[in-house]
Amino acid sequence: MIKLSNVTKVFNRSKANEVKAITDLNLTIADQDYLVVVGSNGSGKSTLLNLIAGSILPGNGEIYIDNNRVTRLPDYQRSRWIARVFQNPLSGTAPDLSILDNFRLAALRKKPKSLIIGTNALFKEQVKEKIALLNMGLEHKLEQPMGTLSGGQRQALTLLMSIMDDCKILLLDEPTAALDPRSAGLVMQTADDLIKQFELTAILITHNLKDAHTHGNRLIQMVEGGIAQDFSAESKLNLTQNDLFSWFS
Amino acid sequence: MDFYLTALLQGLCFSGIALGIYISMKIFNIPDITTDGSYALGGMVTGVMLTHTYPLYISMIAVLIAGGMAGAITGLIHTKLKINALLAGILVMTALYSINLTVAGRSNLPLIGTELVFTFFHITDDVNLNSFWILAVIVAALISLIGYLLKTDFGIAMRATGNSETMIRALGVNTDHMKIIGLALANSLTALSGFLITQLQGYADINMGIGIVIIGLGSVIIGETLIGWFKSTSVWGSLLLVLAGGVVFQLVLAVTLAVGVDANLLKLVTALLVLIIVSLPRLNFIKRYD
Repeated sequence: MIKLSNVTKVFNRSKANEVKAITDLNLTIADQDYLVVVGSNGSGKSTLLNLIAGSILPGNGEIYIDNNRVTRLPDYQRSRWIARVFQNPLSGTAPDLSILDNFRLAALRKKPKSLIIGTNALFKEQVKEKIALLNMGLEHKLEQPMGTLSGGQRQALTLLMSIMDDCKILLLDEPTAALDPRSAGLVMQTADDLIKQFELTAILITHNLKDAHTHGNRLIQMVEGGIAQDFSAESKLNLTQNDLFSWFS
Repeated sequence: MDFYLTALLQGLCFSGIALGIYISMKIFNIPDITTDGSYALGGMVTGVMLTHTYPLYISMIAVLIAGGMAGAITGLIHTKLKINALLAGILVMTALYSINLTVAGRSNLPLIGTELVFTFFHITDDVNLNSFWILAVIVAALISLIGYLLKTDFGIAMRATGNSETMIRALGVNTDHMKIIGLALANSLTALSGFLITQLQGYADINMGIGIVIIGLGSVIIGETLIGWFKSTSVWGSLLLVLAGGVVFQLVLAVTLAVGVDANLLKLVTALLVLIIVSLPRLNFIKRYD
């Protein structure tokens, strides 16, 4: 369970370029919920996600994950619960490292990175099996640098990397924004499958209203740093895509 | 021939700097120029320890720790105080000049009648050749150690820190700690070069570090070119080629001196040489667009 209570985040406080990104926000996300967040640019969606991930820390308010107070915990310590997929396919993987090395690090998300060589034959087999599930033929290219793959392939692999180690929460920050429609569909499908199979709690930020409509079991609309509308599972089913479009016009 | 052997020996002694710069610049993507200071620090500590008849291995450990501390301080300034890495390096390098003088008590320390790493074992009567074999052993040990480190889980995390910081933080690595450790390691290796050179030339000098960072840069850049030629993707191969870069660099300098360039112009020649190496890939004499 993720809980934000009275969270406020202001950038450049009391300067000319002050931005109130999140104002007094309360949000509780139940276990295994799949929350979709929509809102126009600058409405605070990414800030919300970064606050949960710990990349930025709130000015006021408290954040809890599984009843642990994590308000002041930096991102690299929240990684024991949270895996992330970024908007930019380059951010979620290390381009100069091989696919295998990337997966090795992902497999150690919750564990210390020690002075042993962990990329052994056994580990290679495990990674091969996992990657084969994607049906992209990447299981034979484990030694290839991540940077030589396409954006879609990298996003799909980043998703897969999130479940290499025990994971509870998956944060998806516009994961398909940089992808062509076919790759985007594949990435969203993979995300759905993983969330269901591993019983993850997930948050998806998207500008694609079709995705917002079809995925997830809860939908919120953010406006100016607050939650304007909140639809639970049943009421979300009654929404049409046109309803969503009308919020942005 | 002996002339080139000496250049080769120098090149091997500088392998610590080459590997250090490779780690800070290529692996961590941090331009670190603490090098000048930590190299002289290594030399001065060597001079003091050996003239006080401490055993070699204790002197070497002291040198590694001293260099590591210098690098860690640069790392702390860079990560905790959020100061630009170049400036952090310059600050520590400047401060180290005084530290080095204080450590040594004077500006020059000759090693007379002290134990030297180059007399550690005896294979041939040729002093230079003997030194070569000892250096070869040291360098091989160095490459094996660093190569192993970079292949471990910790090493992969190091490489990822310089490559994709957002990713590695999301995977539970404190990148500040990583950078501090990386800079400590890099400067530890640099100080080791000071340790070796001091014994090769027979004295430590307060000015020995001036402009030495360029030797590391030159080695790494030549090494990079070689890595490109040989299309090396393995960690070991890359490290070896960086070392080869260091040796090539010294040999080219030796040739310039041999053809009669004034020794006073050595630093100018060095700078020009690095400039040429850096700009070569950018100078397209034949335009190709593929």
